[in-house]
Amino acid sequence: MSFFELFKQSLPSFLKGMGVTLQMTFFALLIAIVLGMLVCFFRISKSKILNIIASIYVDIIRGTPLLAQAFFLYFGLTAALGFQISNTNAGIIVLALNAGAYLSEIFRSGINAVNKGQMEAARSLGLPYSKAMSKVILPQAIRIVIPSVMNQFIITLKDTTIISVIGAPELIKAANIVAARTFRNFEVYAMIALMYFIVIFTLTKISTYIERRLSNGKGKR
Amino acid sequence: MEKVNVKNLHKYFEKLEVLKGIDLVIEEGEVVCLIGPSGSGKSTFLRCLNQLEETTHGEVIIDGRNLTDKNSNINKLRENIGMVFQQFNLFPHLTAAENIMLAPVDLKKMTKTEAAKRAGELLEMVGLSEKFDEYPANLSGGQQQRVAIARALAMSPDIMLFDEPTSALDPEMVGEVLGVMKQLAKDGMTMIVVTHEMGFAREVADRVIFMDEGVIVEQGKPEEVFGNPQNERTQNFLNMVL
Repeated sequence: MSFFELFKQSLPSFLKGMGVTLQMTFFALLIAIVLGMLVCFFRISKSKILNIIASIYVDIIRGTPLLAQAFFLYFGLTAALGFQISNTNAGIIVLALNAGAYLSEIFRSGINAVNKGQMEAARSLGLPYSKAMSKVILPQAIRIVIPSVMNQFIITLKDTTIISVIGAPELIKAANIVAARTFRNFEVYAMIALMYFIVIFTLTKISTYIERRLSNGKGKR
Repeated sequence: MEKVNVKNLHKYFEKLEVLKGIDLVIEEGEVVCLIGPSGSGKSTFLRCLNQLEETTHGEVIIDGRNLTDKNSNINKLRENIGMVFQQFNLFPHLTAAENIMLAPVDLKKMTKTEAAKRAGELLEMVGLSEKFDEYPANLSGGQQQRVAIARALAMSPDIMLFDEPTSALDPEMVGEVLGVMKQLAKDGMTMIVVTHEMGFAREVADRVIFMDEGVIVEQGKPEEVFGNPQNERTQNFLNMVL
């Protein structure tokens, strides 16, 4: 079989795999952003209990490998609690929990990076804390964290490959199947590496574009 | 008429006592300059007046309302107390006009159109009409501080606090900021100014207060404090700065 034939034959299943990869990444990040914001506010809140809950969560996620988290959720929890979950959904949950923890730290550092005087100036005008946060601190923090957030997006996309171990039909899984059938390991993994590269490279370019647009003409201090 | 009444104000940072019992009454329309060596507690005292710094004990009463009372609505009371900071603290993601409009619009005191008109008037007052749509990063230090004064005036406060408003400025820009402040004083604003500008204090202040180590050491009319200081610490300080 020529390379071209191999390419033509396996492309549909690779594209399908990439579809699952992107879909898992998308939903995982959607959940992770909400989760990350929530945990971030837990962390900067004045309530000791919320602080502790947030830091336990972040410490557990950071202190354990993603692979172990995936096994624990998909094989461990399901067995212990006696419920079923599809491997794709399990993958999305694990990726979301993982990215959520890292994003919460990114958000927190962004908020902390905004000069303390900004909050004071806003409060001195009579704005309540919540308004000062939403109108003054967050718009500046968002601009600061965009590069790190985009970086986390890319990491999560790459982390989907690890989810192949619980059988989610993402791109690595699709490649494994084709490789096992054709024994053309070199070409198969080169092809999917290229596919990952194209997607991630595009994402990087988009992020650079957003960064540049946001800083155009606007105040930098 | 009595505008500000501070009773036995104490402030601790952890175990360190920065303000050691301050009593002070300020009349409406009075311009008070706080002078003193760094670390004397004058900035902390100023920040206690609008409760950016929580007081440890004592009372701050402005227009008959007690700001240190936990039941008072501090946000509402702050609308009446403008503050200008050493580092300007303009919002860098907003234009000069948007900086001024933010509080009046967000606190539903004005519509956007009214606030824009008011921003225009205030910018004209500080001599920066042409900077309406400019971002802070494109303004000089002196211009930024004048926009900050306009912003502090947006909610029509009747007290203005200035925390070393010219200390972060290049020397050639000090004058333009002091000029705006002089105009405000002339218009009858009650002003409390922490400053190292002795010339300004001498010329504009109704009263000069010398603070050191968390207490008011000496106060009086500028010509008294500068011309004939009674306390040895005041004399030493003035010898060093004048």
